[in-house]
Amino acid sequence: MSLLRAEGLSKSFGKTHALEDAGITIRAGEVVAVMGPSGSGKSTLLHCLAGILPPDRGTVHYRDHFGSDRELTAMNDGERSELRRTEFGFVFQFGQLVPELTCLENVALPLRLSGMKRKNAERAARDWLARLEVDGVADQRPGETSGGQGQRVAIARALVTGPKVIFADEPTGALDSLNGERVMHLLTTAARETGAAVVLVTHEPRVAAYSDREVVVRDGRSRDVEFAR
Amino acid sequence: MSIGHALLGLLEGGPRHGYDLKRAYDERFGQDRPLHYGQVYSTLSRLLKNGLVTEAGVEAGDGPERKRYAITDAGVTDVERWLSTPEKPEPYLQNTLYAKVVLALLSGRSATEVLDTQRAAHLTTMRELTRRKADGDLADQLICDFALFHLEADLRWLELTAARVDQLAAEVMR
Ligand SMILES: Nc1ncnc2c1ncn2[C@@H]1O[C@H](COP(=O)(O)OP(=O)(O)OP(=O)(O)O)[C@@H](O)[C@H]1O
Ligand SMILES: [Mg+2]
Repeated sequence: MSLLRAEGLSKSFGKTHALEDAGITIRAGEVVAVMGPSGSGKSTLLHCLAGILPPDRGTVHYRDHFGSDRELTAMNDGERSELRRTEFGFVFQFGQLVPELTCLENVALPLRLSGMKRKNAERAARDWLARLEVDGVADQRPGETSGGQGQRVAIARALVTGPKVIFADEPTGALDSLNGERVMHLLTTAARETGAAVVLVTHEPRVAAYSDREVVVRDGRSRDVEFAR
Repeated sequence: MSIGHALLGLLEGGPRHGYDLKRAYDERFGQDRPLHYGQVYSTLSRLLKNGLVTEAGVEAGDGPERKRYAITDAGVTDVERWLSTPEKPEPYLQNTLYAKVVLALLSGRSATEVLDTQRAAHLTTMRELTRRKADGDLADQLICDFALFHLEADLRWLELTAARVDQLAAEVMR
């Protein structure tokens, strides 16, 4: 059964047709790589799927943790951002951590925003930092960590709320091979342990090899091999 | 892989039986392709004939497995030469994939389909290697990484070609 399903998505920026009748289906707990050439519409697809960007046409359906079907494309901004905060986690290439906060505070932040007490939030955050093998940088600010450490902190922050879907756009794009692979290993292991699905945008085949299957985007059209029929 | 050189290299650690050598080889280098006994003994008799190894005693109850082999000075020199000579970079210019793409275009079939099918097969193998790497020790990781980087190079070529398929069609049909 699908957790997230997009159909007939189109999105234009002025004269650029970033997406044209794209579709994708994500099942609970699976890791799906979204691949394709630069400018083909991968990030736009991810943004539409995650409710960050409303498409011009098409629908996105999500089955929430109560099992009810919710149409993202019919929600208002407030409802969508509430859904993103409670059900989704995000990891981008860089620039997602708050520079003024320590790494521990960054990871605790989503829990604090949901009203959790500081002590509990920081305990959970510390656990996640340890699982991603970066508890050593808990009290440092993001600017004082290496790229690989920063990405692990960002993954801890994405996972700390127990999301059902992690959206990751080129999460290893700024890392060397060894660090990139370590980050992918930790991300997919943690996601599998918690049952979160991962939508992973990448143009690196070795990164995509951590997925269960791939969807190829070309010229704004996605080719979801498994669900093509 | 030059099996002779690999066996010589293993013998530098001390004399061994043929059976021992096979086991040591398989353990370190034979992940996908363990040696046959026949290969081991034919290689050893060639090394023996060329003076790169000598027999270092035969245990009671003969038969070829009972012989121990030791590396000679000439053998050590040979290993040294092998290690210091670079392997010829393999340019893989006889590419079946390229031929398939061109023939698909010439016959009016879909070259994109050929490329997509290949891409999926490559990624499936890359996933298997990635899983094997996660479960393995450092030796497994390095061996799988070698294969992964090569498959990745193929995949990059598949992508680049997919992006130029229209252009290639125009040239091929001219
Ligand atoms: N905010 C925007 N304003 C204008 N054009 C945009 C915007 N976002 C994307 N585009 C255009 O839409 C197309 C698809 O962009 P998108 O970012 O989805 O591609 P991508 O596949 O993620 O590429 P890359 O691999 O380079 O990240 C591109 O032509 C891009 O220039
Ligand atoms: Mg992008």
